[in-house]
Amino acid sequence: MLGWELPPHNSGGLGVACYHMSKALAIAGAEIDFVIPYSAEHPGVDFMRIHSATALTPLERYGLGAYDSSKVISKTMTKADMNDLKDMRGVQKRYVKFVENLVAENDFDVIHAHDWLTMEAGMRAKELTDAPLIVHVHATEFDRCGSEAGNPLVHEIEYQGLMMADRIFAVSGITKGIIMQKYGIPEDKIEVVHNAIDVTSFDDSYVYDYSTYKYLDALKEEGYTVVMTLTRFTVQKGLTNFVRAAAKACEKYDKMVFLLVGDGEQRDELIQLASNLGISDKIFFTGFVRGKQWRDAYSVGDVFVMSSVSEPFGLTALEAAHHGNALIISKQSGVGEVLHSIFRYDFWDENVLADQLIGIATSPALKECLQNDVKHEYNRLSWNDVAGKMMNSYQSMKQGVGA
Amino acid sequence: MSKRGIVLYLHIHQPYRVRKYSVFDTADKHDYFNDPEYQTSRNNEQVFKKVADKSYRPMTALLEKMLATHSDFKVSLSITGTFIEQAQAWAPDIIDTIKRLVETGRVEIVAETYYHSLAFFYSRDEFEHQVNIHKDKIRELFGAETTVFRNTELSYNDDLAKWADEAGFKGILAEGWDPILEWRSPNFVYKPKDTQNIALLMKNYKLSDDVAFRFSNQNWSEWPLNADKYSQWTDAALWDQSIINLFMDFETFGEHQWEDTGIFNFFEAFIGKWLENPGNTFYTASGAIDEFKPAGEISMPHTVTWADTERDLTAWLGNSMQQEALRYLYAMEKDILQTNDMELINDWRKLQTSDHVYFMCTKWFSDGDVHAYFSPYESPYDAFLYYMNVIRDLRWRLHHYHNTGALNG
Repeated sequence: MLGWELPPHNSGGLGVACYHMSKALAIAGAEIDFVIPYSAEHPGVDFMRIHSATALTPLERYGLGAYDSSKVISKTMTKADMNDLKDMRGVQKRYVKFVENLVAENDFDVIHAHDWLTMEAGMRAKELTDAPLIVHVHATEFDRCGSEAGNPLVHEIEYQGLMMADRIFAVSGITKGIIMQKYGIPEDKIEVVHNAIDVTSFDDSYVYDYSTYKYLDALKEEGYTVVMTLTRFTVQKGLTNFVRAAAKACEKYDKMVFLLVGDGEQRDELIQLASNLGISDKIFFTGFVRGKQWRDAYSVGDVFVMSSVSEPFGLTALEAAHHGNALIISKQSGVGEVLHSIFRYDFWDENVLADQLIGIATSPALKECLQNDVKHEYNRLSWNDVAGKMMNSYQSMKQGVGA
Repeated sequence: MSKRGIVLYLHIHQPYRVRKYSVFDTADKHDYFNDPEYQTSRNNEQVFKKVADKSYRPMTALLEKMLATHSDFKVSLSITGTFIEQAQAWAPDIIDTIKRLVETGRVEIVAETYYHSLAFFYSRDEFEHQVNIHKDKIRELFGAETTVFRNTELSYNDDLAKWADEAGFKGILAEGWDPILEWRSPNFVYKPKDTQNIALLMKNYKLSDDVAFRFSNQNWSEWPLNADKYSQWTDAALWDQSIINLFMDFETFGEHQWEDTGIFNFFEAFIGKWLENPGNTFYTASGAIDEFKPAGEISMPHTVTWADTERDLTAWLGNSMQQEALRYLYAMEKDILQTNDMELINDWRKLQTSDHVYFMCTKWFSDGDVHAYFSPYESPYDAFLYYMNVIRDLRWRLHHYHNTGALNG
């Protein structure tokens, strides 16, 4: 398996998904060699072999900016300098070389590559071994840049990887649609494999003690509803629509406040927008938080909104549900496909979102139903089921390839 | 015949800067003005002690020397309440020095709002209260009676002049802004429109800013400025007129213009040079008003300040964040005052200091002139977020301790 990160050295959801998926696959009987581009300890990972393609530290890898492809990605693989490990392309080239050696010395039944980051290594491994290649798409360049524009080289790598793949796993129907429409890949090559949530990975000794967000808890005692979101503040996340919808909702019913957890280049714009709309005191910014402050943010929330313009999956929604939030998910977010006890809206439709917010805030019964019912749903989403689906796919391909 | 004179007026102020006050502090800690990091420009004690060494101590010493050397030297000072409190806490010797200056009888203290606030534009009651407690503080500390008024940032309009007239002030200060003066000169005493007994002194911004802003600017065609050159300018500018109003921040001397620019030597040399001519002298603000009859009437229906090329309040109230911040703050006035909780009331008043909203100014971003922007915060947006969290904490204190007001989201 070709990955880019694993917890605790992850900067996003990709590492979390890879970890749980691999663990569940191992339980289902798979033997996994997992390649990462850096060197570090991964405590508790005894269910697979981890291979480090470089001696970079996780911190140095963060600096490469895997989630901001607009940054520096301009060199084709031939032009990349394998000795320049400050350059994303240099690291990727070293990664490819490492995989070349790995497949030369070992036999593999299937090659499973995650996102554009490792697609080139996947293609090379397939070329050398003839083993079937699975390309697993957690996000495309279209999702990351939130528009048609994007890094042309990354688009090209994605296109090649998707073409060369024997099978494609997409984390949602939305992502499958993008792969078909934007890259012209036939539908029958793509399988939707939704992510799941492993609630046992949460520390069970956690108890919400009302100490972190005292002002918000005081507001709740006054009958206020706390609407929250937790995300990177980038265009892709649709937060300006969210803030405008919040203002519309407050015009009709003002016992509502909004907790924006996270940080990003759009923060200042959101602050300015809120004050233009006259609702600065309704919107709370936490900055980037982790640990207790991160979990308590979910706990203080009543309603979680995922306002993304384009969200392949959206694991945070499941985390929010686990902490008792009612969910409002944009129709452009994949996680909405696996849940039913939720509200959905088109990310641009501020009126609908405002309506749904008021509806939940003014009806304790509705809020309670949403909060309780969604718990049954995400509990059913299990990585073991995901792994079972993937194992079937592996099996069918082994037979298909024959030789 | 009266002597030609310079009215030198220096403004002394330090705000209580708000610390990095997060959503996690809200409803938990109420120490808004106490940044735990000492080495930051948000730490009020650190900033005060630094400016005390660079400016307040050397400049008050120099003023004392000038008063002793030249019997005709006079100066007017305005000193905010937030400065006085910080000086009493961290540099009480400066208060003692100013007391000695006032005792010479040639140093006048000018009235203003205690908290260096924009209260005049939000609440007349609160504004009057702040003027009164400032008057009381000056009387108590320096034994001086204030008779001339200046409003925060030299903001001025006809209504303010009428208010000051009715409140019994004999003089008021304003910017000598060309669109208002038109063909007239700032170098006379004027009378504000529709007033009875009050006179208006208008800043000669050209000559004031030569010292306050341009003195050390090496790209300025007149750099370096020396006492000879500057006294030629003042001489030529004044000609047969009455007064030159040189109004500027006290911190010009030593803080805005560092000692190594030669600002102190320049100041000392210029005082001597100016007084070499027996027809020249210095006046305090009220001294000039006693000496000269108004040369005409001035009207400023719209608010004029001494700031920026626009000479308006846009650096403080130009964007929606600034407007919201003060709207929320003043909306609490009645509830806050009813509590009689002096800690709460004082915190609320310290938040009225105009510097807080100045730190939220974004207009320089569009001008591309970000260098004009001095702030202890990473950005105007950060300044706004910390301030908003403090507003919420005030609401929480009202609600929690006094069962008044609403928390509001």
